[in-house]
Parts: sequence; C-alpha cells; structure tokens
Amino acid sequence: MANNPIEDEKRVFITGNEVVVWAAFAAGAKMLYGYPITPQNEIMHYWTKYAPEYNRDFLQTEDEISAGFYTIGAVLGGVKTFTATAGPGNTLFQEPMSMAEMMRIPTVSIITQRGGPSTATVIYSQQEVTMTCFGANGEGFRIVYSTADHQELYDYTIKAFNTAWKYRFPTFVLGDGYQAKMKESVEMYNPEKRGVRMVESKESIGTKGTPGIDRPPAHLRNTYNTEEELYEVVMDLAKSYEDVAPEITEYQSDKCDDAEIVLISHGIVFRAVREAAQILREKGIKVGYFRPITLRPFPEKELKEKTKNVKKIIVIESAYGQLKKLITDALYGSSSEILELYKPGMGLTSDEIIEKAMEEVSVKCQL
Amino acid sequence: MSTVKPPMPKSWYEKTKPHKFCPGCGHGLVLKVLGEAIDELELQDKAVFGCDIGCSLLAWDFFNLDSIQTHHGRTVPVIAGITRVREDLVGIAYMGDGGGYAIGSQHLVNAAMRDEPVTVILVNNANYGMTGGQMAPTTLPSQKTETSPFGRDEELTGSPTKGPEMIATTVKENAYIARGTIADLRKLKKYIKKALLNQIEKKSFSFVEAISSCPTNWRTNAEQTWDFVEREMTKYFDIGEIKKPDEEEK
Ligand SMILES: Cc1ncc(C[n+]2csc(CCOP(=O)(O)OP(=O)(O)O)c2C)c(N)n1
Ligand code: SF4
Repeated sequence: MANNPIEDEKRVFITGNEVVVWAAFAAGAKMLYGYPITPQNEIMHYWTKYAPEYNRDFLQTEDEISAGFYTIGAVLGGVKTFTATAGPGNTLFQEPMSMAEMMRIPTVSIITQRGGPSTATVIYSQQEVTMTCFGANGEGFRIVYSTADHQELYDYTIKAFNTAWKYRFPTFVLGDGYQAKMKESVEMYNPEKRGVRMVESKESIGTKGTPGIDRPPAHLRNTYNTEEELYEVVMDLAKSYEDVAPEITEYQSDKCDDAEIVLISHGIVFRAVREAAQILREKGIKVGYFRPITLRPFPEKELKEKTKNVKKIIVIESAYGQLKKLITDALYGSSSEILELYKPGMGLTSDEIIEKAMEEVSVKCQL
Repeated sequence: MSTVKPPMPKSWYEKTKPHKFCPGCGHGLVLKVLGEAIDELELQDKAVFGCDIGCSLLAWDFFNLDSIQTHHGRTVPVIAGITRVREDLVGIAYMGDGGGYAIGSQHLVNAAMRDEPVTVILVNNANYGMTGGQMAPTTLPSQKTETSPFGRDEELTGSPTKGPEMIATTVKENAYIARGTIADLRKLKKYIKKALLNQIEKKSFSFVEAISSCPTNWRTNAEQTWDFVEREMTKYFDIGEIKKPDEEEK
C-alpha cells in the first residue's frame, strides 16, 4: 500500500482516539470529514496533524449531517473515507446513515459514546447502542463492532473498512469516552504484512466513458414511487443482510458450558465482567460470560447455543437496558431468567458485578 | 397530430421522457437549458448530477449523466463530497428553494464560504411544490399558500429570502452568482453555462437561482402563471449576474 505510515510492527502507548487515526491510516483511508464533538475530537486533531505527511485529506464541515453526506459523496467517488462522532452528533448523523443503508454505501464511522439523552455528559456511556444499531428511519441494516480495548480499536477500525467495502453496509466501530481518552499499549501493524488484504475501493459514479454512449448512466436514488417498489428494495436489502450476517457476526465467550450464571456485556464493560468471572470461578462459583463483538448483526444463534442450559443470565451495561433489548430479542423463547445490572452513564467495577452475581447464587443455594 | 418530436438535449435520457413534472412546471425548462449547456460544453462524460427531495427528485433519471438523488437539503454536501475527491468531475447540485434556503441553508452558505467547486442550481418557485404548496423561504409578501392561507405576513414570518444576494456576501473572489428566469431561457442558459465554466476553469463555487413556476400549487392557468413569474416574482427578485469572478469585472 502506498504511503502507509506503519510499515513495521510496533508497540506503542497511546490514547484510543490516536489508535483510531493510525488504524485508519493503516487501512488506507484517504479522507476524513468531521465536526468537533467530545470525546472524539482528537481523532480529527491527530488526523489533520499527520494527514499532509501521508497524503490524506480532511474537511471540518458545518455539522454532522454535512460530515455524513460529504462522506457519502466521497465514497461514491471511490475514495475510502470515514467520519467520527458521538452523542448528539450521532443523532444528527442518522440522516446520512439512513441513506447509506438504503443505497449500500460503504461508510465507516467511529462512535465514541458519551452520556445521553441529549447533551448529557461528554465522558462515557453505552447509551448509543440502540441509535447506532437501529437509528434513523429504516430497519438497521448496518454493521456495528463494539470494542473493549485499544488493541481491538486498532484491529476493528481496520476491519471496519474491509467489512464496509466488502459487504457494502454502513459500518460502525462503537467505542466510548473512556477508550477515546485513556492510554493503553497497542501493537500497531500494517494489515497487508499480516496477510490481511485490504478490499479495493471502487467508484459508483464517474467511471470511465460517457454515460448513455459507452455505458449506462448510474442513476442512484433513495426515493421510490410505490409501496411495492420500496417493498422489493427493502426485502432485497434484508435478504442480502441476512445472507452475509453469519460471515460477519463475532462474539467471545468462556465457561458457559457448565455455568450456573452467564454474565453478558459488551464494550469496555466486558473487561470488568471478564475479571469478575475469573474471580468468581476462583471462588468455586460456576460463572461464564458471553460478549457480542458485533451488536449488528447480533450473534443470536451463538448466544442461544451458549446459554441453552443456563438458569440465570445477568446483563451488565452502562445504559438502561439497550443491550438487554438485543439479548431478550435473541433469546426469545428461552427459559433462562434474564436479570440486569444497569448503570447508565457510569463505569462498572468487577466488585459490583461479583456482588450482584453472588446475590443470585446465594438465592439459588437456598432453594 | 404532428409526429415531429421537439428536439431534446443530447444529454437527456430519452427513455425517461416525457418527464414526470406537472404540465406548465418550470423544472422541465430549467433542466432543458441545463441539458443544452451540458451538450454545448461537452460535459456528458464529466458531469455528475445531484438532485434533492422536492420536485427536483423527479429528475433522478432525467439525464444521461451519473446522478444521485439524496435527502431534503443535503445535495450540496453530497456533490461537494464528490468533487473534493474527484477533481476530474463537474458537480451539479440541483434543488428547490426549500432544499437550498430552508433545511439545507447552512450547507449552501458553508459550501459557498469554502468555495467548493460545485455548481448549484436552485429552482425558486416561491413555494414547496412537492409537499403540496406550503410557504417557502421565497414566498412573496402577501402570497397565499397552504401554510399562509391569508397571505405571507412578513411581520410574522420574515421577508422572502434573496438567496443569491445573501450568498454573494460570503463567497471568494472567483465565485459566480446569478439569478435567471424561465421567462428568459436564453439568458438563463447563458448563466448556467457561465456557472459551469466557472466551476471548471476557476475551480470555484458557482450558483444560479432560476425563477420558476408551479402552476399546480399556485392554482393558476397559463396566463396567470406567466404573469406571476414575469411580473410578480421579478418585483422582488432581480434578474441578472450578481457576482462575477473578479478578473472578469476588470
Ligand atoms: C427532513 C425532511 N423534512 C421534510 C421533508 C418533506 N419535504 C419533501 S419535499 C419538501 C419541500 C420541497 O420544496 P422545495 O425545496 O422548494 O422544492 P419544490 O418541490 O418546490 O421543487 C419537503 C418539506 C423531507 N423529505 N425531509
Ligand atoms: S408541484 Fe409544482 S414544482 Fe412540482 S412538478 Fe408540479 S408544478 Fe412543478
């Protein structure tokens, strides 16, 4: 890849926002359109600082609606482009993303979740799950990766470009304010050198030749005249999405097979859950965990399989049931009791999770 | 009945004709001179046509040009997104007064300020056509619409937007800005051609407002429609070139 700033593998200690920028460089992104909002600002700062050196471009637009539509334009022109936003910016962003969903435009968006609703806090939350997965007027044919640490931010930012361009659904990397701002160590690498082929970008408009003479014109639209016409389009979208979903879904799980309780979480909260599960196991309590890495498409089958003999599930999230909705939907018909530990806009520690799990275990022991 | 078809611009897509606009609608005329301008400047292999929501969306398959129809008011950022990364293309953003001056005004103003190399063609028909004739930013004082049934009250709703004049205050030296009318197609075509050439040669922002008709929502017959376009609208909106690239003025 021409002009790749990361030729040799190196371990660095940097913030999540910085990680995203290097990953986007490594993935071959050429353009960033953005609008300032905390906590994603430094993605723009780092990108613009290094962009000239690596022959990349940036434009600060007038708002997130514009950033999203510029991104769409650039992608139609055949250039790997991305954008980043959070909170109220993500809200505005849903309008262009519904166009990307309708027209199968491979946009890549980094979402660094902050508190909500509305302006709320600028720090952290997992409250943008529903919006990122199902925002805007549509069915939510999108791909959403939820990352738990900086290494994943790097890996999945690169992967997002490939997933987006291969499957042509708008693709999101869902991080959060903690990941955006804290420093962690990361292994940076050039994906091509690890055998990861980056999918080539292709233009949808302005291809060679004269439309109407050498080739048909590209007539792209998102408005349809009749219900029947739209029905066909949406059913086609649904079919394509469902066909590729099994190739896209990812999850992580441990010790679910003999578990009495399975803890479910995603994103950075998963780190506290993983630690809690380990400590509980050391205490001799049969606890397992399940973590969806893709929130859309959701690893439904795998979750069902892993929890089929489990009596109790605890959903742990820094939101008021946004993940739980995905879980109850996926587990419809299952006999497991689904409990919750919600702390919208707050971080969660392994101690709190252990305490919650212990309550449930002791109840069970008395039976 | 005569079988001789009126000549169509070469860049029109014949299969999609007759077009979908109402009889007497000005959009067809604006698109006709745009087509002729594209032909005369030989832009068929370079031009990308973007249209908005509003009646302009009916033009999504109008031309033998790569075309993209987008959301209400967002045509400018989509087209500018294209021309920013593809300097080989000529971007045309086509929209109504609602799309350009109401919902998408911040995109229009900011794209003009950034001097994006795009040509914006905005059809001013003094109302929201597609949604059934509501008040637009350009609705004239006292003009009756569905949402100003007693006539536009400037005290309450402000005055009609003079878009080109507003944009002219923010643009860079090489921008081209004009207002034409379907009542003088020759002049309108000249403005559109100059706008396209300006985008190509000066890599600069170009903007043409076209005064146009909407007989369906105005509920006017041919004579009244023409009277409104020619007489009423031009009382408020001056026709002419509002900003030419600096060199040309010297
Ligand atoms: C976000 C959003 N709000 C409202 C609408 C409804 N809408 C469709 S067309 C239109 C008015 C278009 O008027 P104008 O831009 O003047 O174009 P015209 O139809 O007159 O050519 C409106 C409000 C929409 N499509 N999207
Ligand atoms: S409603 Fe008005 S603007 Fe729309 S097509 Fe009909 S006449 Fe033209």
